[in-house]
Amino acid sequence: MKLSKLAAAGAMAALAGASLIGCSSSSGSGSGASLAGTTITYWATNQGASLQADKTVLTPELNKFTKETGIKVNLQVIPWATDDTKILAATVSGKGPDVLNFGNTDAWTFGATGALLPWTSSQLSQIGGSGKFIPNVLAAAGQAPYTSLPLYSQAYGLFYNKAMFSKAGLTPPTTWQELVSDAKKLTNASTQSYGMAIQGASVSENMHFAYIFARQNGGSPFNAQNQPTFTTTGNVNGLEQYINLMSSGVINPSDAQDSTGTLQMSQFAHGKAGMMMIQNDAIPALASLGMSTSQYGVVPIPAPSPLPAGGQDLASFVAGTNIAIFKNTPHLDAAIKFVNFMTSAAEQQALDQKYQLLPVLSGASQGFISDPAIAQAFTSILNTKAQPLPLKANVEAYQQTVGSQLVTLIGKAATGSAVSTSAIQSAMQSAQAQMPAT
Amino acid sequence: MVGESRSFRVFQVAMGLFLCVFTLAPVYVMLSSSLKPLADVQGAFTWWPKHLTFQAFSQIWTTVPLGLYFENSLIDCASSTVFAVIVAVLAAYGLSRYRFSGRSAFMRTVLATQMFPGVLFLLPLFLIFVNIDNSLGITLLYQTRFGLIVTFLTFNLPFAIWMLTRYFDAIPGELDESARVDGAGTMGTLLRVVVPVARPGIIAVAVYCFMASWSEILFASVMTDSSTTTLSIGLQSYASQSNVYWNQIMAATLVVSLPIVVIFLLVQRHLISGLTTGSIK
Amino acid sequence: MSHIDVVSRSAGKLTVTPPLPHRRAVRLKRMTPYLLILPAVVLELLVHIVPSVAGVFTSLFDLNQFYLRQWFDAPFVGVSNYSVALNFSSSVGDALVHSFLVTILYAVVVVAFSWFLGFSGALILQQAFKGRGILRTIFLIPYAMPIYAGVIVWDFMLQRDNGLINHVLVNDLHILGQPAFWLLGNDAFISTAVVAIWRMWPFAFLMSMAAMQSVPEDVYEAAALDGAGPWRRTYHVTLGMLRPVTAVLLLMMFLWTFNDFNTPFVLFGTAPPPSVDLISMHIYTNSFVNWNFGLGAAMSVLMLVFLMIVTGLWFLWDRRGQRNGW
Repeated sequence: MKLSKLAAAGAMAALAGASLIGCSSSSGSGSGASLAGTTITYWATNQGASLQADKTVLTPELNKFTKETGIKVNLQVIPWATDDTKILAATVSGKGPDVLNFGNTDAWTFGATGALLPWTSSQLSQIGGSGKFIPNVLAAAGQAPYTSLPLYSQAYGLFYNKAMFSKAGLTPPTTWQELVSDAKKLTNASTQSYGMAIQGASVSENMHFAYIFARQNGGSPFNAQNQPTFTTTGNVNGLEQYINLMSSGVINPSDAQDSTGTLQMSQFAHGKAGMMMIQNDAIPALASLGMSTSQYGVVPIPAPSPLPAGGQDLASFVAGTNIAIFKNTPHLDAAIKFVNFMTSAAEQQALDQKYQLLPVLSGASQGFISDPAIAQAFTSILNTKAQPLPLKANVEAYQQTVGSQLVTLIGKAATGSAVSTSAIQSAMQSAQAQMPAT
Repeated sequence: MVGESRSFRVFQVAMGLFLCVFTLAPVYVMLSSSLKPLADVQGAFTWWPKHLTFQAFSQIWTTVPLGLYFENSLIDCASSTVFAVIVAVLAAYGLSRYRFSGRSAFMRTVLATQMFPGVLFLLPLFLIFVNIDNSLGITLLYQTRFGLIVTFLTFNLPFAIWMLTRYFDAIPGELDESARVDGAGTMGTLLRVVVPVARPGIIAVAVYCFMASWSEILFASVMTDSSTTTLSIGLQSYASQSNVYWNQIMAATLVVSLPIVVIFLLVQRHLISGLTTGSIK
Repeated sequence: MSHIDVVSRSAGKLTVTPPLPHRRAVRLKRMTPYLLILPAVVLELLVHIVPSVAGVFTSLFDLNQFYLRQWFDAPFVGVSNYSVALNFSSSVGDALVHSFLVTILYAVVVVAFSWFLGFSGALILQQAFKGRGILRTIFLIPYAMPIYAGVIVWDFMLQRDNGLINHVLVNDLHILGQPAFWLLGNDAFISTAVVAIWRMWPFAFLMSMAAMQSVPEDVYEAAALDGAGPWRRTYHVTLGMLRPVTAVLLLMMFLWTFNDFNTPFVLFGTAPPPSVDLISMHIYTNSFVNWNFGLGAAMSVLMLVFLMIVTGLWFLWDRRGQRNGW
């Protein structure tokens, strides 16, 4: 079967078409003149309980902005499922929104494409300077020149069921060993009651824990030259620490199939699991399942004691959402004004309260999470026990390769097969081999 | 007609039962889940809802703009189906009734397109649309309904053309001849003779085109914005960052599938036809 | 009336020979088939062919996130992406081969069962009886449902603790002692195949049914007169007459199932168990998730080559049954 003339003609057309790609559209900068009447397009991420909820939360705030500046905002709430693909398409085609959100895990990859505007110091001064952000949180957006800025923050916490703990006479664990022994005491397989619940099949969650526990054990996924080092002892031990939770039977084996958190949340909310390690956006989700903040507490995810060599008492990475401006925007000044608005203290307070998210600004008040103890716990975790993910353009590949290997390993542990250290090591070798070369 | 015999009867009943159960089990789960409150759906499985509630059916319209998505899907899929069928019928007629150079090359190239995974040409297609829009100076294809319809319609063409060509082949040339003898031209023969006889095949292909577009996720996710989003991706928005509203997903699915099923019910009558012996003479 | 063409029949196909003096009529007539296929040609070029060829070209480049905005600045690496993919001793190459073999098995299983159920379904509904229309509609229901929902409900049913399947097998029928993990390990292959079959068999049913309707009665009657029972009539008449349509159906179903992305994606996201590591997902994670578009494109091309071989074999098989070869 040979390619027909048709296909050959197609190839020529492809070459001709591809040459058009070289013409990149020039980025126009808005004139200094009055911006009233301009419309900018804003791609917001889905932070609320639904797309509609996001619209309900954001629209009044955006109206405030329009009233102040005369700039209209065309709001589009992008579901997480299509967020990456849409931004990818916008990057490739050069046609996208003016301002957009994305998870800060992706910040570096999107930044590396060159599609986002790198903030100059004069532009930063228009929004009050980069010093207004919590240093830890800003560090997660990279180093100057920043291609995105923090908008919302999140962190991991160890949620524990107060009733179950007091019934078993336990106090929230402060070391990893205590966590394991507490979990064992809370586990009663015959009543389907377990000490811990996880999202075993979630690639992203697994990567987060791979990172946190690697750091606790003195390992790091990348070395100073930004080469992947997944097979080092610290990394492997960290993974083993996490997988052992499943192997030791303190987790319902069915959790190995949970990739969305449905099982995990419902187990915790219905008292079938005593603890779960999850981000603060679980709070509204638990509320919708009928669990109020008075029924649970939050402490930092503990580290092994004593800390292994080189280890850090890390409880979370700096999770969150960043805001960025598309380089090609024809409405640069309007976009900067919008970012200024969204990162202003007043707006941050309003949005954090509505979304129950953590603040990105230094010195922000803690009224965002209704329960003061829980708010305090998360604030201290974010400020003192959290660090950004490796600031590498390959974080997404890291997530996919390591995260998916961990899904398989946890699955093995759940079905009863022992997961040896060498098995973890060879899984990490595979993951490392699949990393794109840099 | 395949006549009756004992073993055939048994086969008929057994297969019929199996197919019914196999097909309807998930539908039942959908129905019962849509009638449960969210907490129950996520809890232990029960055959019948412990607490019967219709709240999911009212929530689905506000959590996600379901009405808008439904409308978008209907318009996109119906338009692309109509055009795909027209283009495919024309092409299939040419391929079935004529011998010309380039014919087999065309058939094979068209078939080859079915082997390309969508991810391979997703971004280049996007680029082509953007470049066309730029050179024309108007937003004709990029993130427009028109662009999506053109994409859907082309995706369905290869299968439609191949199947229709085969369906047309089964119609004897004598039918065409008798039309021409009566003075009909090419289009006349096509429309007055071939199409009516090939009606079941055309309907089947139309159903396929519609359903293939209805389910398309990858290209729809990139080529739509929030006002042109289709159902296939819209349904995924019932899962927020931290929670999945299973009962609403099931309810929404039932609600949007019901009209389709009703259409099937009406259309399936047209899937019957026969080359009656009288038509040739 | 000299402007009437001579219509003749050769090998069952019409050929149109126009009378000579009418040049304009001649050109139009000879153009007819080309005009008929023109809209299809234009659309296919625009949407399918040109983008795919462009996509194939990207396999020769190291196209990652740094070069997305200016594709021609991406470094040309020739066949380096291919050698990475085909290096079977490496992790990447090994995984690719494994994924490939799993996908072949998956496609064969799904297509075989889907076709069998579809054909049988059409067969048992051939004769009219009361309620046939209802059954026909019921059988098409999985096809009517959006993919996401159809697969997600199976995800539900396959849950270990709360799923219908385990509930029935363990609690109601007592076939299994312990609830099984349907979405992990080797069982995941069976689950995914079942879900795919559930979605695909109505399609095979639809196409077979439409084709069966055009088999004329007299052929069956003739066979019956020759003494053939219902099974033999099915085998010789129905299967025989449907062969051309069935051939295309099987090929298309194979190609689509081989390329199936939605089913594994909705069930497992981007981390399927190794037993269901289907190649479309493999390529997706290498293109979109790892931002290694060149490698993903190279894998696509390799997959394409394989499918072309399969299709080539299909052409040979199909030609035997067709009097007019393509």
